[in-house]
Amino acid sequence: MLPRGALLGNWRQWEASQMARFILKRLLISIPIMIGITIIIFVLLNVVPGDPVALMMKEHISVDVVARVRAQMHLDDPAFIRYFRFLFGALRGDLGESYKLQRPVAALILGAFPTTFVLALWAALFAWIVGIPAGILSAVKKYSLPDNLFMGFSLMGVSMPIFWSALLFQWCFAVKLGWLPVAGFSSWKYVIMPAVVLGWSSAGTIARLTRSSLLEVMRNDYIRTARAKGLRELPVIFKHALKNSLLPVVTVMAIQVAGLLSGAILTESVFGIPGVGRIAVNAIQARDMPLLQGTVLFETLLVVLGNLTADILYAFLDPRIKVN
Amino acid sequence: MQELNAKNTNVGNEAAIWEEEDIAAPPASMLRDLVTAYRRNRLATLGAIIVLVLFFLAIFAPRLSPYDPLAIDLDLMTQAPSRAHWLGTDQFGRDLLTRILYGTRISLEVGIIPTLLSMTIGTSLGLISGYYGGKVDMAIMRLCDIVMAFPSLLLAMAIMYTLGASLLNIFIALAVVGWAGTARVVRSQVLSLKEKEFVEAARAVGVRNRVIMVRHILPNCLPALIVLFTMGIPGAILSEASLSFLGVGAQPPTPSWGLIITSGKEYLFSAPWIAISPGVFILFTALAFNFMGDGLRDALDPYMKQ
Repeated sequence: MLPRGALLGNWRQWEASQMARFILKRLLISIPIMIGITIIIFVLLNVVPGDPVALMMKEHISVDVVARVRAQMHLDDPAFIRYFRFLFGALRGDLGESYKLQRPVAALILGAFPTTFVLALWAALFAWIVGIPAGILSAVKKYSLPDNLFMGFSLMGVSMPIFWSALLFQWCFAVKLGWLPVAGFSSWKYVIMPAVVLGWSSAGTIARLTRSSLLEVMRNDYIRTARAKGLRELPVIFKHALKNSLLPVVTVMAIQVAGLLSGAILTESVFGIPGVGRIAVNAIQARDMPLLQGTVLFETLLVVLGNLTADILYAFLDPRIKVN
Repeated sequence: MQELNAKNTNVGNEAAIWEEEDIAAPPASMLRDLVTAYRRNRLATLGAIIVLVLFFLAIFAPRLSPYDPLAIDLDLMTQAPSRAHWLGTDQFGRDLLTRILYGTRISLEVGIIPTLLSMTIGTSLGLISGYYGGKVDMAIMRLCDIVMAFPSLLLAMAIMYTLGASLLNIFIALAVVGWAGTARVVRSQVLSLKEKEFVEAARAVGVRNRVIMVRHILPNCLPALIVLFTMGIPGAILSEASLSFLGVGAQPPTPSWGLIITSGKEYLFSAPWIAISPGVFILFTALAFNFMGDGLRDALDPYMKQ
């Protein structure tokens, strides 16, 4: 069926309204997912045996002091009331207070987030700058030596534990060669190793995806047409094939938020970087439930936002998506 | 492949007979086709050989090494690789190669058991979701979305926080984190399979839904499941290593590869072999399973196109 706007020559307007509807629909789907996420986090972390109050105060505490503090912290309320307190608190940006550090969780996380963001951004940039050209070259020179090398590196990226490659880099470039600082996060020199380590597997994924996607696009009829009209290979690839083949790559970039955040936990741990991942690890070691709860919620929210961005980006780039 | 498709389109009870035969004893020609297709991929063959060697090492670890993986000998602390200790010793004087050999057992267990668990959950939910559709499908798929939104390592860490750090709990945590991917794949397979004539025929002669799902649809998902299984193993091994590295996985003195790397972290300057060698084993194990997965995917490709 032809849209009414199209008949009136109002195609752009129609398209914009379709886009708006798509984004709205996508946002609405995210709401139950976010609620589900809060339920899972709450159930997972609030059924832990062990009294957080006793843990906080260590030994020599009388029973009624514990009872009073428990009441103050609303720990004796029914679970669903505590859940709603958590949910509405989170909506207002209040994630409770850290047991161990006695400071608001939200402030702690937001304080560490810029560090994780910088690390993840450089890792992502590394992944794109290396992954896309490597993928293109691999596709153009299929089964050549560079292709095999790149694909080997890419497979290695997903077959290595990140913390091990991090240690390997430390040993090689910091201990043996002394080119880069071992750990810390105070100037650009400190960013190189963690970003490369963290970005390696993403770079591999992007390279493989670019390669297979480009190879697929090159089989299309319009590419044959472009060649038939006498275009050389390079313009065929860069002007005709690349645009279409990068579509899935762009969405994968946004989806990789989850992978980068998982990897950042390990990278930050090895390189002593004071980011959100470190907070999560410290929270587990200190059995600091609100801090862990807040971190998991925050990072998962980032992933949901990443997926949302990916979908919307894809719809912008590929007009076929939003109509469906 | 043609043979398979021809049989697929037969009426229900014949299809059932074929499927039973297929699981018990696949026709020699099909198996031979598979093996030929698999062996064409040289890396996949290499992967299979490495995996066989790993199983051999895991089973015969006590016979292969004269040392005890747990006995502490402080006279032999952090010795460099030598003829007596091929990969050197760790900070407690334990032979590193012995510990790595015993660690093979843990890594294979941790690769296989949670993957089987998560695939059982994922396959069941995917079958139900795809076959019944409607609200059940909606609910299961939203649950998948929710689980997949968590950064997997962080969710596994939170589960380990609640359950406590032990090897058994790693199995549970990794199964809970990993099922959603399988559920999605199985669901999409079921969606196309349930439109096939053999399912329609089975339904027409009055076969019950549960039987159709398990006996008629599930066997046709097997090729995809085999590939998912093989590809899932390296992920599980890496996750266990990561959890152990962060202190919420296997606990010392278990010779888990991840844990050995962790203990070597502090000796990176003086005894780098402690941290480096277990990682090489992880790398080759994961690579081997990935190669196998690639080979299986290519070999099974004709059977996966529904």
